[in-house]
Amino acid sequence: MKRNGSTLASLRKGQKGIIASVNAADPQVQRLMTLGLVEGAIVELASSALGGDPMEFRLFGRGISLRQEQARQFAVSPVAAGGD
Amino acid sequence: MTKSTEIRVPANQISVSRRAVASIAVVGNPNSGKSTLFNRLTGLRQRIGNYPGVTVERHVGTLKVGDSSLELVDLPGTHALSAHSLEEQIAVDVILGHMEGTATPDGILAVVDATNLYQGLYLVQQLLELERPLVVALTMADAAEVEGLRIDVSGLIAKLGGVPVCPVVATTGQGVEKLRATLARITELPPPAPGKTWPELTTAARELAALAPEATRLAEVERLLIDGPTEARQDFLARFGDGAEVRLQELRDRLFGNEPPLATEARVRYRWVREVLGEVVQQAPPFYGWQARVTAWLNQPVPGTIGLFLVMAIVFQAVFAWATPIMDVIDSATSMLGVQVNATLGDGALASLIADGVIAGVGSVIIFLPQILILFLFIILLEDSGYLARAAYLMDRAMRSVGLSGQSIIPMISSFACAVPGIMATRVIPNRRDRIATILAAPFMTCSARLPVYALLIAAFVPAQSVAFLNLQGLVLFGLYMFGIIMGILTALLVRKTALRGPKPPFALMLPEFRRPNLRTVLMQLLGRAKVFLRRAGTVIFSVAVIIWALAYYPRSDDVAPFVEQQQQAAVSELSGEDLDAALAQIDNQAAAMQLEQSWLGRAGHFVEPVFRPLGWDWRVSSAVIAGFPAREVVVAVLGTVYAVGDEADEATLSGRLKAARWPDGSLVFTLPMVLGLLVFYACCLQCVATLAVIRRETNTWRWPAFAWLYMTAVGYFGALLVYQLGA
Repeated sequence: MKRNGSTLASLRKGQKGIIASVNAADPQVQRLMTLGLVEGAIVELASSALGGDPMEFRLFGRGISLRQEQARQFAVSPVAAGGD
Repeated sequence: MTKSTEIRVPANQISVSRRAVASIAVVGNPNSGKSTLFNRLTGLRQRIGNYPGVTVERHVGTLKVGDSSLELVDLPGTHALSAHSLEEQIAVDVILGHMEGTATPDGILAVVDATNLYQGLYLVQQLLELERPLVVALTMADAAEVEGLRIDVSGLIAKLGGVPVCPVVATTGQGVEKLRATLARITELPPPAPGKTWPELTTAARELAALAPEATRLAEVERLLIDGPTEARQDFLARFGDGAEVRLQELRDRLFGNEPPLATEARVRYRWVREVLGEVVQQAPPFYGWQARVTAWLNQPVPGTIGLFLVMAIVFQAVFAWATPIMDVIDSATSMLGVQVNATLGDGALASLIADGVIAGVGSVIIFLPQILILFLFIILLEDSGYLARAAYLMDRAMRSVGLSGQSIIPMISSFACAVPGIMATRVIPNRRDRIATILAAPFMTCSARLPVYALLIAAFVPAQSVAFLNLQGLVLFGLYMFGIIMGILTALLVRKTALRGPKPPFALMLPEFRRPNLRTVLMQLLGRAKVFLRRAGTVIFSVAVIIWALAYYPRSDDVAPFVEQQQQAAVSELSGEDLDAALAQIDNQAAAMQLEQSWLGRAGHFVEPVFRPLGWDWRVSSAVIAGFPAREVVVAVLGTVYAVGDEADEATLSGRLKAARWPDGSLVFTLPMVLGLLVFYACCLQCVATLAVIRRETNTWRWPAFAWLYMTAVGYFGALLVYQLGA
């Protein structure tokens, strides 16, 4: 499991990541998984509000907004070149 | 009636005879274009009601296809059959046939946004398990094309096991005819076979269902496996007989191991969705239209936030500037109507009841209809265009710092028109603590019913001079709006730190793309709002108006009639022409005021005067305030009547009379500290029965409305006391 600090919260604007593991014990995180934030999903940081929180991600072309503390529950690995 | 004389009809026969047509549940993600499609399919053949016990609206419409007609039930948007909010719970209950007063749907119309197949197919996948005929409408087919999405519809139909899929553009009607024709034969469609997408779950469900002596719906057993033996499912579990709980646990262990079931469900189902998308969707380079450019620009934090404040400024400007001319028309129409009634029916209780009670009372509320409709127009436009979700996103950090969440911003903005729809809008907030904190903060927002009181007192007592470039009266009004906002925020902070203490809930919000709102949908929603408001004016407010009228009209005094007669004779012998008319009108006013002073309302005013004396209020202000407890806007009308007495009555206008009002010792009643205190009282006090009723319905307990009333009244009283005592 990749836990070297690379989470959804550490993506830069316009950067994509693929969700590698999810801290699924938290019921609130399970709710986010129901919305499609599961292992294997490719996520891009689209924008953030004033002060960098909350953050807006693109998930299969749609916007979804998370607070930083939730974004940290999703570990990401870099997307292979050319992959989408 | 004893049991033996009852005529017993089997329950299933009743339901068959009452349901001549098939009923279809319209299910879809939030923002999937579901309501637009529903409106397109049913047109004006809709009824809006409520689900039992909650204020969630129940939209039912009729779809006519040839000779047959179908009943369509538009359900609240949901992402999954595992509900996380009140509205989602209602959708799930209706789909599974657990909603009292709503029959189990015979078929399901799944509405899927073609540009959001990822989440849409997750829900469709769960609907496939229901063993009910299913039709999928693929909305926003045009937007998908613009975004470069090519969807292989026949490939998708194959993946869904033959379920019909109809691409539509609900805004233009493209593809809707074909969808209608498909829906017409929905009951003849074979229900989808479950187990295609997650065979292990279906197998386990069949094993468990085999234990039950009677037929059991597989979808319910599947939910039982995933959600576990929750309290609500205890009865359901009992059907499987002894030992079912142990078997259930074994099956759950086999399916989920140590993982949370919901997480496993999401992983398995989204894996299937990704496979399907990989096969049936091709992404061409998208075309970037104006929407994409607007989105990109507003995505930057600073322009986005500035834009939000600009939008809100325009909305408030419109609410006050555009509504005024229409409100003036309604105002003169109601007073003309009152005069007509008096002229036709003469004096007496009936004429007074109709003119002073019903027309004046209900009219004083109807007058806010233009403001409320304009505000709703903007809120519907902002919501339909996808902007409100972005407002919640932009404001989340600020709202969180006061113990609320970004989603609280929508109810707060709505409450500037009226707290009732504002409190109803709190349903979008999934967390109960956040929701109640928002409900308690919302009534502090300056609603349109406070405006007449503010306008009267400010015009009378705040000098119309300029401070720097700004008008002092306007500044005071702005200050009162800010005061309401600050009080609301402090209240939210207070309850979140005490009674509603708890962890900060998560914030997950889908941010829809900007879309041009559909005129048809906007107008139909607006019409629905107007109907709800007018129905309320015709029932609750009507009753309140009649009660207040009766309290001010009875008991009749024996002294008034001789006084009037004597005064009239004196006037007739001394005056003529216009002077006489003026004098006679004057006498009528005095008589009304004399009557009022000894009415129940006047007596109540005298009775409570000692309580309000430290605030600098005389019995007349006190009785107006009491009369205003059911609906605060009544206070202006009552002040108008009570100040028609004595020396002040010489003044032509109400504000003139207020300025001239004196205590028996000759000092002025309306001093600046007293007026400021009265304004503070009105800014805080919860004088609105409708708001209390809606808090009761939304929180499902009397505790919160009781708390809100006591708390806001106390804050208003002590605030006014502080201001008056400091100033005096």
